[in-house]
Amino acid sequence: MLYTLLCYNNEDVVWSWTKEEDDAVMARLSAVHEKLTREGKLGPSLRLLPTTAATTIRGAQNLVIDGPFAETKEQLLGFYVIDVPDLDAALAVARELSAANPTSCYEIRPVALYVPEQRPDAPTGMVKNY
Amino acid sequence: MTDIAWIHGALTGARPQAIGALLRYFRDMDRAEEAFQEACLRALKSWPENGPPRDPAAWLILVGRNAGLDGVRKAARHTELPPEEVLSDLGDVETPMAERLDGAHYRDDVLRLLFVCCHPELPATQQIALALRIVSGLTVPQIARAFLVGEAAMEQRITRAKQRIARADVPFEAPGAVERSERLGVVAAMIYLLFNEGYSAGNDPARAHLCDEAIRLARLLLRLFPAEPEMMGLTALMLLQQARLPARFDEAGEIVLLEDQDRARWDGKLVREGLALIDKAMRHNRPGPYQVQAAIAAIHARSGAAATTDWANIDHLYAVLERMQPSPVVTLNRAVATAKVKGPAAALDMIAPLEERLSGYFHFFGARGAFLLQLGRDAEARADFAKAIALAGTPAEAAHIRRHLDRLAEKSGAAVG
Repeated sequence: MLYTLLCYNNEDVVWSWTKEEDDAVMARLSAVHEKLTREGKLGPSLRLLPTTAATTIRGAQNLVIDGPFAETKEQLLGFYVIDVPDLDAALAVARELSAANPTSCYEIRPVALYVPEQRPDAPTGMVKNY
Repeated sequence: MTDIAWIHGALTGARPQAIGALLRYFRDMDRAEEAFQEACLRALKSWPENGPPRDPAAWLILVGRNAGLDGVRKAARHTELPPEEVLSDLGDVETPMAERLDGAHYRDDVLRLLFVCCHPELPATQQIALALRIVSGLTVPQIARAFLVGEAAMEQRITRAKQRIARADVPFEAPGAVERSERLGVVAAMIYLLFNEGYSAGNDPARAHLCDEAIRLARLLLRLFPAEPEMMGLTALMLLQQARLPARFDEAGEIVLLEDQDRARWDGKLVREGLALIDKAMRHNRPGPYQVQAAIAAIHARSGAAATTDWANIDHLYAVLERMQPSPVVTLNRAVATAKVKGPAAALDMIAPLEERLSGYFHFFGARGAFLLQLGRDAEARADFAKAIALAGTPAEAAHIRRHLDRLAEKSGAAVG
């Protein structure tokens, strides 16, 4: 079964991390990513730019609005798709990620429809330059 | 347990909103800062045990306001402070109160706080120092190091600047649309000055930090005013310039020119954020100087290599910028693009009228020397490089020009020998 793990945190804090702090978190996460890849569990994963870079299309008139869908105290900063048998296994993965990135929250959402990568020259494996 | 680094980050992130709101309550900068300090002390005590609140800014405003009011009452009546249990039992009161704090107030609070620092009677460097102290919460020693002055001198400068704004009429009523946009313009200019202060320092970490701080403030304003194309342009401009930092200096700390930079070392995250913002800004069809400059930076970022740069488009954009914001420095920048499109002779013609006004400007002589060098007018180039060295602001700038002079000396030595 496919689950997405949605990572939330206060983006004020996360985007104020120094390069060293950011690198340290990403290095700990990379170790988890590599383990999940070896176990055949890790699907596509994304880290998102801050919500100030977001644009939203809304309503019947397709109104273009600058900014994210919702102003929230904590923002969606990235997500994973993982392939595990059940919720317990998904929780176990989320715990590993949370241990590597302890200030973030991870929401576990089962996937209803999954469209895999369609680009013929799609990159494979971890793209390092997130 | 809550990560102590996370708490420090949250306190710094919430600082502009919290001090801005406390300034609105108390109408006094010192009292607002003291109240915020008190709230931070309580946060450091309470958050690690109870976990952080959902809205750190709202928590700090509420606790800071109560602490500040206690201070006022105590000073007024010389009464005892309420027992500690009453003060620290704020965890449950926080949520409904936070909901009632009007979100719309926040943005004007933050803007006011930054605007107050930009008092027109304060010289630009004092505006920046004050904003770093009050809004960003940098310590006086940190600011002193960034401006390369002694701590005592910086302390005195900030105290004087504070006294001046305390005497000034701080506008507390909610601003109208025109006023708000004027304030944003003034604040944007201060933020860009702050960025340039760090950018020109190059690879000195104490000062390069100023660029990060400027970007943080710009992102903050952008979140509060998400539909302002010039704020998007300014943020994009700073992000795209900051992205080049890892490639701007070689191992010896010497300047690497844009066309020689290893673009693989540009920070991809910052580039993408900058490009996203300039794309958003241009949809508004309300061009302005920051957007044009960001558009120029975006051309560099989107061109895979220096050789494929669309110089004609850059030349055109500088012409647009010249009309919006006529300045000899803009024309000098345009001349660099013109030299690529039409050759160095056209660029020399373009900057000939600027010499008097830019006679104290390092980059004028550096650029003109380079144009002359391309034309084989070595003796004139040497004279310009000599002037540039005398005007260099950093050792890296001087070293960069020195290399030109060394090469010229080798060349003439070889010709003579």
